[in-house]
Amino acid sequence: MKLLEKKHPLAIRWFHWINFPVLAIMIWSGLLIYWANDVYRLGFGNTTLVKFFPQKFYDTLNIPFRLAEGMGWHFFFMWLFFLNGLAYVLYLLLSREWKYLLPNTRSFKEAWQVLLHDLHIRKTAPPQLKYNSAQKIAYTLIIIMGLGSLITGLAIYKPVQLGWLCSLFGGYALTRIFHFSLTIGYCLFFIVHIAQVIRAGWQNFQAMITGFETMPAPVAPVPETTVEPIPENQ
Amino acid sequence: MNENKLYTKKQIRRKTIVSFCIFFVLAAGAVISWIYIKNMPPDNGLTGGLPVPVRTVLRANEKIFDRTVGTQHLVKTYPVSAAVKIPRVNGDIGMNNDFDPTGWKLRVAKANGDTLEVSLADIKKLPKTEIVFDFKCIEGWNQVTHWAGVKFSDFAAAYHLDKETSLKYVGMATPDLDYYVGIDMPSALHPQTLLCYEMNNKPLPLNQGYPLRMIIPVKYGIKSIKRIGTLYFNDKRPPDYWAERGYDYYSGL
Repeated sequence: MKLLEKKHPLAIRWFHWINFPVLAIMIWSGLLIYWANDVYRLGFGNTTLVKFFPQKFYDTLNIPFRLAEGMGWHFFFMWLFFLNGLAYVLYLLLSREWKYLLPNTRSFKEAWQVLLHDLHIRKTAPPQLKYNSAQKIAYTLIIIMGLGSLITGLAIYKPVQLGWLCSLFGGYALTRIFHFSLTIGYCLFFIVHIAQVIRAGWQNFQAMITGFETMPAPVAPVPETTVEPIPENQ
Repeated sequence: MNENKLYTKKQIRRKTIVSFCIFFVLAAGAVISWIYIKNMPPDNGLTGGLPVPVRTVLRANEKIFDRTVGTQHLVKTYPVSAAVKIPRVNGDIGMNNDFDPTGWKLRVAKANGDTLEVSLADIKKLPKTEIVFDFKCIEGWNQVTHWAGVKFSDFAAAYHLDKETSLKYVGMATPDLDYYVGIDMPSALHPQTLLCYEMNNKPLPLNQGYPLRMIIPVKYGIKSIKRIGTLYFNDKRPPDYWAERGYDYYSGL
């Protein structure tokens, strides 16, 4: 006998799994667009540490000479990204799920303790509800980043009609850098997210699909189950 | 979490399998839809190179943004000192070497069937307008550049093209007809749209479209056609070089 504990509401599972392919397509089509003016790098002076992106990277992913196609898909899937994100935020507000998500004043200290625990430096993790403090910060940040991508994207899509928005971010070229940097942020988030999902194990992962986790049945009899005991069949 | 009940291992397994089946069916549906749309035949015609639903959304985007935020915003202008000395040269389609600028005249197709021929000297007699603005290429780069010419709207007024400008689109082509654009009338009549003959206070260089080019700051550079040969008007969208190759016809900023 096991106890089922509801973890992720159906709506949140939908939003999560819609967002995953939509964001992937937005990043891919964004790459097709970025390639046509791929001027960004990390470095100092004439020394380049990281070039965005090396030719081999483009060739492997079949990126070159597909600007028009990239723009077409980007301005198609932007609506899905926007509507799904909007629905997610509205759901968080209306269902009061935001209470599990938003970090509080203790979260930043606790997130550090979570990090030390996950790196096997600290033995115990701070107590938590649905999400630990590091998750609260990461998942709240990703919503803000999504909003950032929408607004900076809008500003570089319509830099005349929404010229004030473009100026707010310091002009067209700078807004394009912000938009690009947020995308790099998603990729970094993705790497950590996948690593953490693997670390947390199957039980945690399957809950994002089934919605529940299983817990050992409580030792003390639960009042409801004493009325109609379910026969043990294994 | 107050509806927790006890379940047998068998019940849990069944619930898990059902959830995963639904998940995989929906995921497969998404993948199939994506492949289906991606492999739809492109919209070969006036515009081309994109699956029809993508093209439909691009046209819808045009209407959504025009109706909500409007089309008559002015682009930000800069002091002359902010302009680059040597603007980037990007396109050379329609700029063949066998062009003889001495015999050039702008040919304007009028509504009554006549063709108006206007020389560069005549165009220079019209009121001159300068603009320094952040030129934006569809590739993603931008550059503050300095141009001068006659406002398209001033040109239309001076040559009494009222009947023509009441139509929905302007079409333009290079003398060899290799490069051509179509522009919606509100954007063409925008007060910052120029028939341009000067760059940095000097006549346009040949590679920047001498004798006359379009400078249309509310669009990506692909619409700022160089070396205009003919100009015509229509209610239907005129052919457009890059729209035939997968780019947004409107390409408005």
